[in-house]
Amino acid sequence: MSSPFARLIVPALLPIVLILAWWYTSEGGSSIFFPPLSQIQERFQELWLFALVPEHVVPSLQSILWGLWISIVLGVGLGVLLGLNGYVATAVNPVLQFLRYLPAVALLPLAIQLIGIGQEMRVTIIVLGALWPILLNTIDGVRGISPGLIDVARSNRLRNFDWIFRVVIPSASPQIFAGIRASLAVSVILMFASELLGASRGIGYFILEAQRQFSLPEMWSGMILLGIIGYALNVVLMAIEYFALAWHRKARI
Amino acid sequence: MQATKTPVLEAVNISKSYGEKQVLADVSFSAGEGEFVCIVGPSGTGKTTLLRTLSALGTANSGEVRVNGMAITRPPAEVSVVFQDYSRSLMPWMRVGKNIELPLRRYKLSPAERTTRVTEALRDVGLEHAKDLYPWEMSGGMQQRVAIARSLAYRPQVLIMDEPFASVDAQTRADLEDLMLDIRARLGVTIVLVTHDIEEAVYLGDKVIVLSGRPASVSATVDVPLGRTRDQISTKSRPDYLELRAKIHAMIMQSPSSVSG
Amino acid sequence: MVAVLLVIWQITASVGQLGAVPTPVEVARALLAIFASGAVWEPLGTTLAGWAISLVLAVVVGIVVGFPLGTSRLAYRLSVFTLDFLRTIPALVLVPLVVLLYGSGLESTILLAFLGAVWAVIMQTIYGARDVDPTALQTFMSFRVRRWDTVKFLLVPTALPYIATGVRLAAAICVLVTISAQVVIPAGGLGEQILTAQLGGAVPSMYAYIFLCGALGVGANAAFGKLEGRALAWHPSHRKVSA
Repeated sequence: MSSPFARLIVPALLPIVLILAWWYTSEGGSSIFFPPLSQIQERFQELWLFALVPEHVVPSLQSILWGLWISIVLGVGLGVLLGLNGYVATAVNPVLQFLRYLPAVALLPLAIQLIGIGQEMRVTIIVLGALWPILLNTIDGVRGISPGLIDVARSNRLRNFDWIFRVVIPSASPQIFAGIRASLAVSVILMFASELLGASRGIGYFILEAQRQFSLPEMWSGMILLGIIGYALNVVLMAIEYFALAWHRKARI
Repeated sequence: MQATKTPVLEAVNISKSYGEKQVLADVSFSAGEGEFVCIVGPSGTGKTTLLRTLSALGTANSGEVRVNGMAITRPPAEVSVVFQDYSRSLMPWMRVGKNIELPLRRYKLSPAERTTRVTEALRDVGLEHAKDLYPWEMSGGMQQRVAIARSLAYRPQVLIMDEPFASVDAQTRADLEDLMLDIRARLGVTIVLVTHDIEEAVYLGDKVIVLSGRPASVSATVDVPLGRTRDQISTKSRPDYLELRAKIHAMIMQSPSSVSG
Repeated sequence: MVAVLLVIWQITASVGQLGAVPTPVEVARALLAIFASGAVWEPLGTTLAGWAISLVLAVVVGIVVGFPLGTSRLAYRLSVFTLDFLRTIPALVLVPLVVLLYGSGLESTILLAFLGAVWAVIMQTIYGARDVDPTALQTFMSFRVRRWDTVKFLLVPTALPYIATGVRLAAAICVLVTISAQVVIPAGGLGEQILTAQLGGAVPSMYAYIFLCGALGVGANAAFGKLEGRALAWHPSHRKVSA
């Protein structure tokens, strides 16, 4: 049961069965909404390997990565500031909680009104959604730093720079990563939603156009691509986390 | 050793209260250059409070701490602290070498000199080959050695230690005690060690400060004339050692206010 | 602090520093106006209905699917990768398909919110069912406790705190997806009102509707957070140290 073979094969069984089931039921199906998977696969190869990648995939990925990057820099920066100043953090907490639970898509019309429908709008809306999980988790992580470490730092007269970058941030990094993971999911959603409402490029735009023209195999291929991209980004982030937090994982054993 | 010389570390009439509750009352003592001073007292007598005041991590309500005759208000460069809880005082995300190097970063040292200092400090505690390990790959005793090395690399005049061997097993504890005696002999650093263990205090100290009562005050300062080289077996079986141990034990037991507290 | 921020917003907006952003007073007035005129009730009702129905569906289906997956090692190992993959796919991706199938009505937002939230309940139920203390289970077995009683007195109490967390997460996700879907489809409710207000140039009422959406999110999370706290009260990690 726990041989490496079984460990790889068992989890792979269900996806294989599901895909085969989809393949054969859709093959003879008559619904125009569920075109044969074989046809979707054909379209997928034509469109996304790699003809339309520069036009639609690249701008979408750019929005996500810029939005996420800005959120990380802002979120960690502000989070450390607020986390180290407990009173301020307590004071602004209600505002942060409100912004966190405000569905960021609800801000889309507002962002369009203020900024228009360019790339900046999409990055902005991603930041408006993705910032809060990182910010709140960083504050939590920084406030949770052990009093022992504070004593060590003070008695060793660490420079503020070393204190923040070598003690505070690493110490909060498990929580920061948890925040980034949540923010990544939000970023993908907001990228897609913002492209539905205002874009002339991008995967979301492509899927919407395909839907409007009733090109269902194309639409499905876009949706599958988006699913794969979302999952792949998640895997990349988990891999980074796995290496960056090796100390955390091992120190607890 | 000369009585006329300014003590390296001096506590003058330190008092401290937390709200209504007074913890320290008029605590005074001094530690000369190269001297090994043990502060002993039962649990809950404000030893940790005293230590935080000595290292300027906490402030006293009255009295002052002087280092080389100068009153201190912030953690001074001449003093380094080894904390009891080694697992929390080392950064688990840094290798041993980086942990030791961390406090040195504020000084403009060349990379070569930094490396030298780290290597020397590790050699001083007998961990020459541990530079690239992570703290959590080591035993508790080794981790405490790393914490001591971090303080030594800083080249302090005074090493303040808070129950440093409370969470290791007996054999490791004996090894670490002898390591501290050895470090004092070789480097001439002044050591102030806080402990609740009378045996440890007498074995290590040139001088034992007995803290008792609530609020705690210095009930006695006992010189320990056992010489500077000591041995776990022969020293601990000397009649004068046993006598001193019994005497300090009696002082702590008989302290009237510790009963009423 | 909130007051301070509001005052800063009021001052900067009223001197025109923020471009087209209205002052908080204008927003508050718009908020009062939509309540006074009754314009708010219908969209609010649509949003709440969509939210509640999708949440109930997600919770019921999540628990029913999650329990067997959590109690059987094989079922868990078979499904873990698939679940991991499916839950990273944002529900909103299905908007174009769902619109084709069900149009822009309540069914669409319910389906989307359900698809967004059900994973949280499934995963939490699985964690809960897997967390059964082996010693407790052996104790139950050695006393030959009946199967149903084992479920009732061991499995359910162990899993309940986890499920409560899943329900809280699902409640928040349902608010999020319902409103988001209403904006992008658009499919009625508060979400569409935001869009309508923007297109109609009624900027203060756009802010008022956005504010309502945020309040809904905070409210749902707070209410279900309380519920979770209650379900967790016995849990060691949650027990308050009594002084």
